[in-house]
Amino acid sequence: MTLFLSVSNQMDLINEGTILIGMDYLFFAKYAPLYYEGALLALNIAAISVILSIMVGLCCACIHYYKVPLLKPSVSIYIELSRNTPLLVQLFFLYFGLPKMGIRFESESCAIIALTFLGGSYMSEAFRSGLESIGKLQLESGLSIGLNKIQLMRYVVLPQAFAIALPAIGANIIFLIKETSMLSVVALEDPMFVAKDLIGMNSDTKEALLLLVVTYIVMILPLSLILTFIEKKVRHAGYGH
Amino acid sequence: MLDTGIKVLFEGNNITRLLDGLWVTTRIALISVILSVFFGTIIGIGWSSRFRIIHVFARFYLEIMRIMPILVLLFLFYFGLTRIAHINLNAEMASIIVFTLWGTAEMSDLVRGALTSLPKHQKESGLALGLKSFDIYFYILVPQAIRRLLPATINLTTRIIKSTSLVVLIGVVELLKVGQQIIETASLLRNQTAAFWVYAVIFLLYFIICYPISQLSFHLEKKWQS
Repeated sequence: MTLFLSVSNQMDLINEGTILIGMDYLFFAKYAPLYYEGALLALNIAAISVILSIMVGLCCACIHYYKVPLLKPSVSIYIELSRNTPLLVQLFFLYFGLPKMGIRFESESCAIIALTFLGGSYMSEAFRSGLESIGKLQLESGLSIGLNKIQLMRYVVLPQAFAIALPAIGANIIFLIKETSMLSVVALEDPMFVAKDLIGMNSDTKEALLLLVVTYIVMILPLSLILTFIEKKVRHAGYGH
Repeated sequence: MLDTGIKVLFEGNNITRLLDGLWVTTRIALISVILSVFFGTIIGIGWSSRFRIIHVFARFYLEIMRIMPILVLLFLFYFGLTRIAHINLNAEMASIIVFTLWGTAEMSDLVRGALTSLPKHQKESGLALGLKSFDIYFYILVPQAIRRLLPATINLTTRIIKSTSLVVLIGVVELLKVGQQIIETASLLRNQTAAFWVYAVIFLLYFIICYPISQLSFHLEKKWQS
């Protein structure tokens, strides 16, 4: 941090002559790498959480689908709890509340646990809507041509359910990446943290915020475009049958 | 250890302070929801019309609001506006503006979806019966659209309420901030487990607010689906 400050003091001296149209262009060159690293960290944590929450979601959806006794009510409670509380509060509870009771997490595992806790229930809802959209006719036809339960799941239910759930899964992925913007509260240096730091240290608020916006556009826009494309493809496939 | 920590909730007026904090969050959410339903409906109706220029504009607006995390928008309006346009908003005003902008975008998409998903024959049957276009809107299209819209709008309300927890990060004294203040006081009095209990209560308070609303949305959706 002290290194940081000394760099910014030097920057202020250099800045005098380089301000054009109210923007300080040296700032971008100097601090863009910090945002890049922040974005990588956020994407990394988002990727791990997405994979874990897909697994959690799939398990919960299957438990719900097969109406497993005992597990089904607990899954319902989990889903309601995680869908009806904000991620920020979950993070605060995990990071500041639980250590007081002797359960301590690293910042990163805390972030991953919170994002998975939140994402798992959203993914579960996505898979559930996919599974429930498979009509009785499909299941009965499958059984009548002699498929067993596993084959029925593997060849009839899952492919259709997955295609239907795909847009929702994609939306959840984007949602989780956006939610990583709160990770700065558990002391992780994501783009938000970098921006807050720079706003606090310098007077280059405009530049810091512009870089922040650009970072998030670069992180999310390509994914959003790919998902719109996939959604169109899947909907097209849906018309076929 | 357990019983000493939980006492923090009943000391002084801590419970009422927390509830006051909750009111600050829900107040921001309520004002934003009302404003976004109003503006969102206008933009949504415009979007379902045939004017291309509105389509392009609305789509662009929606995409920007969908891509930007709300925290970034809060920072832009709270720190950015002051620097760039020299408009000094207080934190609560800035958050109301941000949540209204975001809610309006989501609401306009819902309204457009509800209006365009109505089958064309509804309007044409109305015309065939000799109804005027106002009557078609008032008696045929709007009631059906509201049935499709209301559950989703209620759902949006819970999303906005949950997101208002973020305003603590731009310095609004709301539920989480009050919680932090209580914990700080408690730790001066050597109450070590206060943080656990206070954050658990905040967690539950959000759940108590959001759960009935999301259940209402779920039941309305089920009831009107058939």
